[in-house]
Amino acid sequence: MENRFLATSGLPFCKGCGHHLIARNTGKALESLDLDPMNVVIVTDIGCNGIIDRKFHTHTVHGLHGRSVALATGITLGLDDRSKKVIVFIGDGGATIGLQHVIEAAHRNVDITVIVHNNMLYGMTGGQSSGLTPCGFKTTTSPDGKSYSGYDLCRIVGSAGASYVRRIICMGDFSSHLAEAIDWEGFALVEAMEICPSYGVKYNPGRKLAGIVKEAGLSLDFHKNPERKCFSVKPSTIIKSLFEEVPDVEACFESTLTEPISIVLSGSAGGGVQLAAELLARAAMASGLHVTKKGNYPVTVGTGFSSATVIMSPHKILFNEVSEPDVLIVVTEDGLRYSAHFFDSMREGLIIADSGLTPPPTNSDLITLDFTKKAGTRNAAILSLMYYLKRNPVIPMEAFMDTLEKSRIAGKVDFRAMLSSLDGTE
Amino acid sequence: MILTNGSMLIIESLARAGGEIFIGYPITPANALYRYGTMRFPMWLAAPDEITTLQWMAGFSATGRLPVTATSFPGFALMVESINMAFMMELPMIVILVQRLGPSTGTATCGAQGDLLFLNGVISGGYGVPTMCISSMEDCWSIPAAAAKCAVELRTPVFVLTSKESVMPLSDMDVSSLPEVERVSYPMHAGQSNYLPYLPENNLVPDFLPTGNDSIQTRVTASTHDSEGLLRHSTKEAMANTHRLHDKMTANLDEFTYYELDEEDGSDTLVLSFGITANAAREAVGKLRSSGRKVSLLIAKTLLPVPPRYFDVLSGYERIIVAEENLDGQYRRILFGASDRENVTGVNAIGRMVTPDEILREVANHGK
Ligand SMILES: Cc1ncc(C[n+]2csc(CCOP(=O)(O)OP(=O)(O)O)c2C)c(N)n1
Ligand code: SF4
Repeated sequence: MENRFLATSGLPFCKGCGHHLIARNTGKALESLDLDPMNVVIVTDIGCNGIIDRKFHTHTVHGLHGRSVALATGITLGLDDRSKKVIVFIGDGGATIGLQHVIEAAHRNVDITVIVHNNMLYGMTGGQSSGLTPCGFKTTTSPDGKSYSGYDLCRIVGSAGASYVRRIICMGDFSSHLAEAIDWEGFALVEAMEICPSYGVKYNPGRKLAGIVKEAGLSLDFHKNPERKCFSVKPSTIIKSLFEEVPDVEACFESTLTEPISIVLSGSAGGGVQLAAELLARAAMASGLHVTKKGNYPVTVGTGFSSATVIMSPHKILFNEVSEPDVLIVVTEDGLRYSAHFFDSMREGLIIADSGLTPPPTNSDLITLDFTKKAGTRNAAILSLMYYLKRNPVIPMEAFMDTLEKSRIAGKVDFRAMLSSLDGTE
Repeated sequence: MILTNGSMLIIESLARAGGEIFIGYPITPANALYRYGTMRFPMWLAAPDEITTLQWMAGFSATGRLPVTATSFPGFALMVESINMAFMMELPMIVILVQRLGPSTGTATCGAQGDLLFLNGVISGGYGVPTMCISSMEDCWSIPAAAAKCAVELRTPVFVLTSKESVMPLSDMDVSSLPEVERVSYPMHAGQSNYLPYLPENNLVPDFLPTGNDSIQTRVTASTHDSEGLLRHSTKEAMANTHRLHDKMTANLDEFTYYELDEEDGSDTLVLSFGITANAAREAVGKLRSSGRKVSLLIAKTLLPVPPRYFDVLSGYERIIVAEENLDGQYRRILFGASDRENVTGVNAIGRMVTPDEILREVANHGK
């Protein structure tokens, strides 16, 4: 049975091992399909079943224990060529440890053929029970017979959506079944039931393979769904530079700032704190300054505090962590809790807080104003920045207004009216 | 001028360098990299876990398509066996590791530089994986592109090491001034015959052919193998191949050694830093100099394998201060060993950034 695909002499398995039969039937199946060996990639797992690469005249790939299905998935998707046949050799042990990969490939209908060498135990490591060992089957680790059932792999992959699943008893010539599976466009899994003479036969003398399979309730029915389309990833043809995703900022204003200034803005999630800080940073860039903006929020971004730190500087900014800001703006209770320590630690500087809050004592200048009442919870952060710029025009108010009017919330909010609401404040 | 973050620069750079597929599994603080990856790469896939991520990447890489992923320690830990596989198979790929505060799940939204010792020993047997670290916004552009070049030219996974503080904050960036990124290509085998998948060329790197190509048989294996790519026990030929995996790094490392060296004449003190602590070091050195203190600065970018050139630099100083955001100086231990040395000290912190003042004080505490 030597052919263009397989050198059959000296296969590396124990005498009588079912792996011989699977290898030979695979070789025969490939020959019957009249394929070019260079159109075949055999991906082998770790286990006795996987030490066969050298015997195949095809492309071969030998990876890790249990991962061959995922590796083969990457190869098939990378090749994206239906004339290439990617075949996985894997054991029941490999299929157990790598079950997620089998399910994923079945579910997506990845065009590979998985041949599971199910000898109902871990052969290479000494005959221990695997996830596919049937109840009652004796192994090195269950000398009295395994006390619970094995998975029905075919049913698992079937329910995951596999388009071709077949369980066979590994006896005689089953190459036509393998040929059908290999030829199949989409995910095909053949679970070949076999017995390992070195451990399986030794611990279960006299038991016949077909009987074990039947007793385990493992059906030999098979299932096909030719309607399913193969999964593929096609290169996108409409890709643009990420830089086009963000607005270009032109420096058309001027700032009088000569030293860096840092502002911490603290509020609640959903209060537009991050956006407000980002818009301030852009307005500073539009005023010819360098900026950094950092956000701080809990992992659950939709609730709790939200705080942002903006540094604006006429020079390039290196270290962008602020231990003590020049300006602290607090608009909500959450923000106050998060930033309360600054009230004590800020030795000088300016603190602006919503008048609905009860701020702790501080040595800094403290100003309160009813931002939330005036602008609502969504816009209080922006209004507080307008107020700060009005009081302390480190960048021109027009730079901020211009940035707001070009932002993604422009049109939804009347910024000019917001600004007028500050008339009469200092 | 745009307001952008390091994640955007990194992904744009890698896409321009020839990254073909981004494979992702979500994890903070690498999520922006994932999102940009889906937007910018020609292809992308959502993996169901990080082991799958690495295996799919290896599959793509074996067909000649450069894959990229981004993760943080918990995900990286799951990838380790597969990274060893890709290293042994000599499959180019980029793994961006965004460090966060550990141990374990730690604090997802807090930066750190705590994974360097792990990276240094990540390959069973102690083989080095090129590890390049980002120390500025400009590095977010140049280092990933250099990593891609290194990955394909040396046929190896390459780690791009970052931390929350270098991929998430926004800053102004003049993107029009960024240098062109060179597109990389796999070192292809030319000709139709005599192909041995792991036969090294003169730079100790074997030529590449995609698995599944139409005409020449390829063999890819993660087990100990000879130049044919066939599993062998520890035969002489197989051991020569395994040795080569180490030798190809040392032989070619110089070409991929990136650092900033800012030496001041007459200084006996060198501050060494990298990654998210680099800016604190730059700022501290600037302040020290303006106060009249002479001090030199080395920002290491190629961290692993340790470039021998660093030792040449270090040997010229009486006092060395290594600043890094971790418990007790991981790079310091890699460079100088575990035992304390009088003339080598560290400035370290966990759960917060090392500040310029801390570095400044450490320099000021010692010597002239
Ligand atoms: C991650 C990992 N865990 C454990 C092993 C050890 N190991 C090698 S082969 C094997 C079991 C092989 O059993 P199976 O997949 O059923 O194949 P068989 O040997 O029976 O053909 C195991 C557990 C390994 N190589 N990798
Ligand atoms: S140990 Fe069992 S599975 Fe492995 S080769 Fe021998 S008979 Fe086959």
